[in-house]
Amino acid sequence: MSPALIAMLPFIGALLPGLLVRSGRSVAATACGTTTLVALLGLLLHSPAIMRGEVITARFDWLPMIQLNANFRIDGLALLFGILILGIGLLIITYARFYLSRKDPIGKFYTYLMLFQGAMIGIVLSDNILLLLIFWELTSLSSFLLIGYWRHLPAGRQGARMALAVTGSGGLAMIAGMLILGQIAGSYDISDILNAREAIQSSPHYTTALVLILIGAFTKSAQFPFHFWLPHAMAAPTPVSAYLHSATMVKAGLFLMARLWPVLAGTEQWFWIVATTGLVTMLLGAVIAAFKDDLKALLAFSTVSHLGLITMLLGFGTPEAAVAAVFHIINHATFKAALFMSAGIIDHETHTRSIARLGGLRRLMPITFAIGTIAALSMAGIPPLNGFLSKEMMLYEASHLEQARQGFMVVATIAALFSVGYSLRFIFHVFLGPQRDDYPHHPHDPGFGMWAGPALLAALVILIGLFPNTMAGWLVDASASAVTGEVQNSDIYLWHGVNAALIMSMIAIAGGALLLRLHSPLLAAWEAAPRPEAKTIFDALVLRLVRGGRALTDNLTNGSMPRALAAFTLATLFCGGLAWYTGEAGPVTRPMLPIEVVPFIGWLLAIIATGCMVFFHRIRVLALVLIGIVGLMVSAFFAYFSAPDLALTQISVEVVTVILLLLALNFLPKRTLTDTPSVRRGWDAFIATLAGLGFGGLTYAILRRDFAFPTISDYQLANSYKGGGGDNVVNVILVDFRGYDTFGEITVLGIAAIAIFALTQTLLQGRSSRRLRNWVHEQRRAGDRHPLMLVIATRVILPISLMVGIYIFLRGHNLPGGGFIAGLVVAIALLMQYMASGYAWAQDRQALPYHALIGAGVVAASVTGIGAWFNGLPFLTSAFGYFKLPFIEEFELATAMGFDLGVFLCVVGAVMLALNSLSRIARHAGETVNVKPMDIDLSDEQTREAQ
Amino acid sequence: MELLVASAVGAMTAAGIYLILRLRSFAVVLGMTMLTYAINAFLFASGRLVVHLPPILRDHSGTVPPDTYTDPLPQALVLTAIVISFGMTAVVVMMALGAFIEGGDDHINMPENDRIMPPLKTIDDSPAEDETA
Repeated sequence: MSPALIAMLPFIGALLPGLLVRSGRSVAATACGTTTLVALLGLLLHSPAIMRGEVITARFDWLPMIQLNANFRIDGLALLFGILILGIGLLIITYARFYLSRKDPIGKFYTYLMLFQGAMIGIVLSDNILLLLIFWELTSLSSFLLIGYWRHLPAGRQGARMALAVTGSGGLAMIAGMLILGQIAGSYDISDILNAREAIQSSPHYTTALVLILIGAFTKSAQFPFHFWLPHAMAAPTPVSAYLHSATMVKAGLFLMARLWPVLAGTEQWFWIVATTGLVTMLLGAVIAAFKDDLKALLAFSTVSHLGLITMLLGFGTPEAAVAAVFHIINHATFKAALFMSAGIIDHETHTRSIARLGGLRRLMPITFAIGTIAALSMAGIPPLNGFLSKEMMLYEASHLEQARQGFMVVATIAALFSVGYSLRFIFHVFLGPQRDDYPHHPHDPGFGMWAGPALLAALVILIGLFPNTMAGWLVDASASAVTGEVQNSDIYLWHGVNAALIMSMIAIAGGALLLRLHSPLLAAWEAAPRPEAKTIFDALVLRLVRGGRALTDNLTNGSMPRALAAFTLATLFCGGLAWYTGEAGPVTRPMLPIEVVPFIGWLLAIIATGCMVFFHRIRVLALVLIGIVGLMVSAFFAYFSAPDLALTQISVEVVTVILLLLALNFLPKRTLTDTPSVRRGWDAFIATLAGLGFGGLTYAILRRDFAFPTISDYQLANSYKGGGGDNVVNVILVDFRGYDTFGEITVLGIAAIAIFALTQTLLQGRSSRRLRNWVHEQRRAGDRHPLMLVIATRVILPISLMVGIYIFLRGHNLPGGGFIAGLVVAIALLMQYMASGYAWAQDRQALPYHALIGAGVVAASVTGIGAWFNGLPFLTSAFGYFKLPFIEEFELATAMGFDLGVFLCVVGAVMLALNSLSRIARHAGETVNVKPMDIDLSDEQTREAQ
Repeated sequence: MELLVASAVGAMTAAGIYLILRLRSFAVVLGMTMLTYAINAFLFASGRLVVHLPPILRDHSGTVPPDTYTDPLPQALVLTAIVISFGMTAVVVMMALGAFIEGGDDHINMPENDRIMPPLKTIDDSPAEDETA
């Protein structure tokens, strides 16, 4: 099976529970189990090839320009982790089916679980570090969902949030580290990176990359000082804890360290950072675990401790230590998953996880007792179980370090001692001792479905312990070879003779037994001793961050818009100024164009109108007239400087905008009151002047300089006719070169119009509707609402304006014009009818709904674009040809015209829908409807007389 | 000529910024319209000022000697910008109108009473906090 398919299968499986959960919990569980099993079988089928030392790869180009490719590989290490993830995943799926109660939404649970499984499989199978990072983030997200699965529990939510915050921020550091690593190696493919050891280790950025990547790995694998999230993640349902903390999530960091071991390990920095962190974590976790009362907390801290152990082994940097690390990963996964599931069974049956309330379960739950004891003894490192083997190997490696590193041996022995202590506690304080009669719930062994999984794992614990080479040797060899990059043939024996490791082990067991004996006084001392509580520190830190963030945003945007806008303007000015003074502008090369009389008059008009506008902006109708003058001058500016298309667009948009504002002004106050003190206005004027000077200065600076880079327009000018079949380059750019852009823009325009329509709908209901019904206009209305002259003139003009619209549309490809302008022209022609003859009269004669026009426009544009697919070309590739019909001169037909038609329809629809909405508000406000095109509005007079 | 264009852009920007700092919605709409003019003119000017050389091809040879046409790309970008800014103005006007009809005044600021946020004591999402939220 292709590695890519194996990585995909859990994601496909994630879709099934939602679909199947109505058929029952077992069906959903079976579906997930089946997909997992298929993926596992697919993976195992590759194992003979991997045993031979082959690497299975699958490569797909995803985003080759940034070297992000969907490359997958299966080597020994991936095989080991894949088996753990899928194998234990299978057991967890079965276990969870019986563990979760009927009240828990099980479909959601399985979906999250499968997503998580897919993300984990993705990490271990990725052959591209960018792809790996994506899956890495996915594990953070999906584990957040899993940990917070019982979202009604505050502990669950907080634990999930903490896990996400810690692993997520570590993930950010790792992204940076990975990017540096990829830059050094010159490739983001793991296969290439693994071959670039010398380049990476001699690079000046090696330490930076190492530290950043390790932060990512340490946060994920709960290494000191990031270990605190893991125990809080125990708020999750036990199947989740068992999965995340035995085989998957926390092993991801270890996986990464193992994956990059060949290129990162072996240096001084690596040894001291990784091995020391591992050692500290191992000791700390073991000591805390020995004094925890909550069964799952004990297991959580023991997990932290064992992760530290593996990290330390990887940190040693020797191939033998790597073999031990890999072996312990297998062993830890087996006994820890079994222990978590046993703890879950105890919780499920007795309704408590507090060790103080347990004890004497041996006879009540014999099966659970057997499983729990075997797994716990293995965790303690008692022969002949598998935990003993890898712990011996660890102690052997720790005792064979060079002279300066002898301290590791001592600390490792102490940690092992505590490890024996808490493991024995698990057995003695839970199962042994006198039977009690005050359990919260009378315990008995669960059904087969629940203990089958842990029992299988317990059997593995014994079998691997007795026959390590047969049972696990092949997997250890394959993955250790992949980690170290050289062929490993490890021989694992139970009996090594009496050596340092055995003596250390015996010390640890004896000390652990003593610890158990002295547990009560030691616990009292532990409880009394002051110690920092990680959650309090973390919460205080987060609270401070949140407060700081809130203080900043509350001061910038406290609900006052001028304040926010002023802050924004000043910040923009500051950035612009900074860029100007730190950057370098090119030399002034362009000569000034001579000032001519007519443009100068235009400039004068624009400046005066602008000034007056600001001065008289309180008289709103006057301000509209003045803004119209400015707009007109802007279109003249476009026309003068060789942009006829822009001039046409600007002038038609101007018309539409002014009409829109006028219609709105019908309801708004006609004057703006002065409500700011003159100091405030002076300050605002100061900011505005600064912005004006800055922007004007920038414009001048640009205008006097030539292009800093060669312009891409030369290509468009050269290919407009050849490739796009049009002479009007601006139009060809719009409908052809940058057609996708335009396509997006007309869609946005359509959405804006529909948003306006929706706004209107809400205004016509509820409180605003009542207000509208009782609306009293401030000013007297003109009696002659549909003047005869206007009605006649607009009707005469209508066919002419439509003709002009069509003409502008048709010639657009070769001369100034096109869909945008034609759409605006036609919209104005229609608008004039509404204004002259009244809304009702015009609406009666208008059969097409404007929504449909917008829709038709977008559809026309997309159909034109999709048409290119049928010719095997990318979306929106255009074609054109020249045709000759009798009696008419030769003319051109281009597919771009279909696209332009879409633009046209969309613009007409959007403009009309916006203005139409305003008219509807007016009608709602009691504006009487004319029956005839020309009438005298008497409503105003009548109300006056009535008063 | 460059000086005239730059000064006009500056004047329109200043007017626009001054108006968007006002407290009433209509003034803000006017200010945004002015800013739109300024920004469109600026974007267009990034193609530099060229007189009498519109980007309408006059021969079909496909070779483009320098300085025969002005830069068409900023024009195409500004053209859509003009249309989009119409859409934006329309939406903002409708929002202003809706707020006025619904609320009875055309202030743009959040009312003082609504600005006060409860002080943050803890990040724990206790059920009590959930209810108030």
